[in-house]
Amino acid sequence: MRGLVASDAAADRVVPPAGFTVRLTLFTSAAMAFLAVFALALSLASGRLAQNWGDQLARSSTVRISAAAEEMAAQTAAALRVLETTPGVESARALTAEEQQALLEPWFGPDLPVATLPVPQLIDITETDDGYDAAGLRLRLSAEVPGAVLDDHTRWRRPLVAAASRLRLLGWVSIGLIAAATGAMITLAANAALAANAQVIAVLRLVGATDAYIAGAFVRRFTLRALGGAAVGTCLAVIGILLMPDAGEAGGFLTGLGFQGWHWIWPLAVPPLAALVALLATQAAARRVLGELA
Amino acid sequence: MIELENVAYSYGGGELLSDISLTLAPASFHFLTGPSGAGKTTFLKLCYGALRPTGGHVRLFERDVTQMDRDAVALSRRRIGVVHQDCQFLDHLSVADNIALPLVVSGQDSAGELANLRELMGWVGLTGRADALPPELSGGERQRAALARAVIMSPDVILADEPTGNVDWEMSQRLLKLLVELNRMGKTIMIATHDLSLIRAAKQQVQSRVLRISNRRLQLAGADL
Repeated sequence: MRGLVASDAAADRVVPPAGFTVRLTLFTSAAMAFLAVFALALSLASGRLAQNWGDQLARSSTVRISAAAEEMAAQTAAALRVLETTPGVESARALTAEEQQALLEPWFGPDLPVATLPVPQLIDITETDDGYDAAGLRLRLSAEVPGAVLDDHTRWRRPLVAAASRLRLLGWVSIGLIAAATGAMITLAANAALAANAQVIAVLRLVGATDAYIAGAFVRRFTLRALGGAAVGTCLAVIGILLMPDAGEAGGFLTGLGFQGWHWIWPLAVPPLAALVALLATQAAARRVLGELA
Repeated sequence: MIELENVAYSYGGGELLSDISLTLAPASFHFLTGPSGAGKTTFLKLCYGALRPTGGHVRLFERDVTQMDRDAVALSRRRIGVVHQDCQFLDHLSVADNIALPLVVSGQDSAGELANLRELMGWVGLTGRADALPPELSGGERQRAALARAVIMSPDVILADEPTGNVDWEMSQRLLKLLVELNRMGKTIMIATHDLSLIRAAKQQVQSRVLRISNRRLQLAGADL
């Protein structure tokens, strides 16, 4: 393996430098690295999203109180009393009118007169690590606060987290497919190069070159091309990600597409991985073709 | 050095060579003759391990070819210089680089080894053509370059397949002189040729054995030459 990657200028010269396989390998590596970086960013962003949604929603729930305006305060107080005595509830707090307005603002605009609308009162619940008995709490609330409905977020939290997790999985599958496609393309290019250089191989064998030497000359060339192409593709993809517009908190998922913290190391791994794929693909192709030409 | 014992070679359902036995002793000089298509090139390829016998045994430096993998055969080939009639070169490399190729592939391309290259090119009369590309060479120059490449590793054996096939009489005599010189240096030489005048000329310069392939078998020739 060391012989394959060690620089050997004289050995590298025995293979003619020109050929369409040069451009094919460079372009394929660059394009695949570009796609791989985006798939990586998508996967990592999905992972973060699933983590955030899971963390944020797992320990919070909401009680919604729908009642006539004159009963709203009493039912809210009753609900808070029930919640304060419920094991597993760390804290419960009724949202202020301003907070409720802020929640509705994205849909109805900033000047919504919440006070004049029959908007339910929301109580935000924070659970302890052990959580509460949702079924028992529902029974107590239905008995003591008829207008209260407990929403423990499970209904919509699970599909969201599942979707984010699936998106992350798809991102990794995409990276795997990109690596496989890169390997396949480089194998085709290497096969073409080896077949086109059958006479070169015949001459090298005539003068006593071993299969390892001949394969090494081709493998080094394709590995370095793949490394160079992938480095260019990775740089372009990273620039593209850096140039993505920042829509702030309102942007939601898409503005999170990128790398954060130490995750910036991941794109740096793409060119060496592309080179490794090229090395293995060319090595296998060379072994097969040299066997056939023997 | 090279030993063939009851060797047979078949290809495409037909037997090209049959029951051939021969030992190439050190510093011996052999000619191999026979009509076109008799199997001279096949015989030489068996001698340097490019083909494996379908019967019998070929031993290169006391190792049976059938027991050797491709890399082992390649390593043995470094001790056998081969000159082909069509003189295959790497056309993108200069003549000097092509001649030095055996040194490069064997990792012996040190400055000291490469210094001998200039001397060798002078010996074959190609001093001024070092930087030329192979397609720019004449037939005779190609043959001499091929001979220089075959001997640069100082091999024990030199196998030449119709080395004078594409050159004029004067050039063929020059090539023969180089091969005779190599034989006097202790190299074993085998030349496959249908050029009987070359054999007659050689017999005046060196003690040689003439073999003929006829009806798939190897025979000792001589009286009619």
